[in-house]
Amino acid sequence: MAESEDVKVLGAWPSPFVMRARIALNLKKVDYEFIAETMHPKSELLLKSNPVYKKIPVLFHKGNPICESLIIVQYIDETWTSVHPILPADPYDRAIARFWAVYIDDKWNPRMREYNMANTDEERAAVAEQIFAGAKLLEEAFQTCGKGGKWFGGDAVGYVDIVLGSWLGWIRVTEKMSGLKILDGDKFPQLAAWADRVCAEEAVKSVMPEINKMLEFGATMMARLKAASSAK
Amino acid sequence: MGSDLPEKGLVLLSSWPSMFGIRGVIALEEKGLEYEYREEHLGNKSATLLRLNPIHKKVPVLVHDGRPICESLIILQYIDETWPGADGAPCFLPADPFARSQARFWADFIDKKVYDAGTRLWKMKGEEHAEAKKEFIESMKLLEGELGEKPYFGGETFGFVDIALVSYACWFHTYDVTGGLNMEAELPKLMAWVKRCKERESVSKALPDPLKIYDFLLSLKKRYGIE
Repeated sequence: MAESEDVKVLGAWPSPFVMRARIALNLKKVDYEFIAETMHPKSELLLKSNPVYKKIPVLFHKGNPICESLIIVQYIDETWTSVHPILPADPYDRAIARFWAVYIDDKWNPRMREYNMANTDEERAAVAEQIFAGAKLLEEAFQTCGKGGKWFGGDAVGYVDIVLGSWLGWIRVTEKMSGLKILDGDKFPQLAAWADRVCAEEAVKSVMPEINKMLEFGATMMARLKAASSAK
Repeated sequence: MGSDLPEKGLVLLSSWPSMFGIRGVIALEEKGLEYEYREEHLGNKSATLLRLNPIHKKVPVLVHDGRPICESLIILQYIDETWPGADGAPCFLPADPFARSQARFWADFIDKKVYDAGTRLWKMKGEEHAEAKKEFIESMKLLEGELGEKPYFGGETFGFVDIALVSYACWFHTYDVTGGLNMEAELPKLMAWVKRCKERESVSKALPDPLKIYDFLLSLKKRYGIE
């Protein structure tokens, strides 16, 4: 459909950040080419198109590279405006959506890795407390942002759905690897139901990696991180 | 009890040395908006602040008709979107989506790199300090390159990235002293841009005296026992 527009995503399947770009494009029904990044070593294309951070994803549109997943999602929303708005229309609602996106990425999600890297039961318990406190906030945010709808975005998948939804695979990996139930249906019923809904959503399903594949990748990555931190 | 917020209108909760708060002041002044400025003392945060920003407990918080907006870049966009082109004032973010994405990218870069390296200039010693110095100058040079020959980051008009970065200008003297730097010599184009921005009433009103910022840092270091 949008072939002449020449849309490409440079990324890798495990990355939640890459997933965001793809979910957004899927929601907008924009065709794109997915270019799998080599990672080790980083490709010429990556180094040239994202010289500042050298990270995926990079979105290419009309030859222009756009970097940073949240910026990419907003770019997609502002470029393909006739289909499926991603950010809310009202400026206040937009501010709230942006707030939660930053919270999820900067404050809540890092706790998962901390939990996986923790060495003692004490440390784990402390981080788990923070994870649950965050989940409680998100459970409340779901009600405020969603205004009774099935999504953070209300009646349709929106910005926060994409941002948090892209972490679901890794949250499930953390749950399986650690035995910690994060999206506990008893504690956080709305969030748990929402999570199932996201994974079943068409625009997400096609880009959400298979759990066992992620578990394998996660185990390798954890081993590498633990080795690196103990080598210091 | 100090938590009396007006039902209608704008209130900015901020702290005078905060570059993030300064952004809010510049934005409100640029749009010619009426607002109440409330100073927060960060060693003794008000009940109102804690109620409005319970998660981060930070300034700035913009309150509009009783509703809080947190995070300075989110506040900038909120102001820009709620009062687009008010009184002939230009929009902070450009109209073109690609140009907007670039503006957001550089504003985000400023907060990721400049804030972090700048803070380490006065917190760290030895090797870590040397590392911070290198990163700080590299980041600032990248920004100077991005500015290029344009009068502003926004091109002909003062915009989003200009506000995001000029808010740090009052801290440059402090970075010079703590970093052993000479930003005037190393970044002449950027310093010329700072001068140009300061000619704007919004900026000159918002930026405190750099010497006062340095004194503030000294008292902050004393309070936290940082050498």
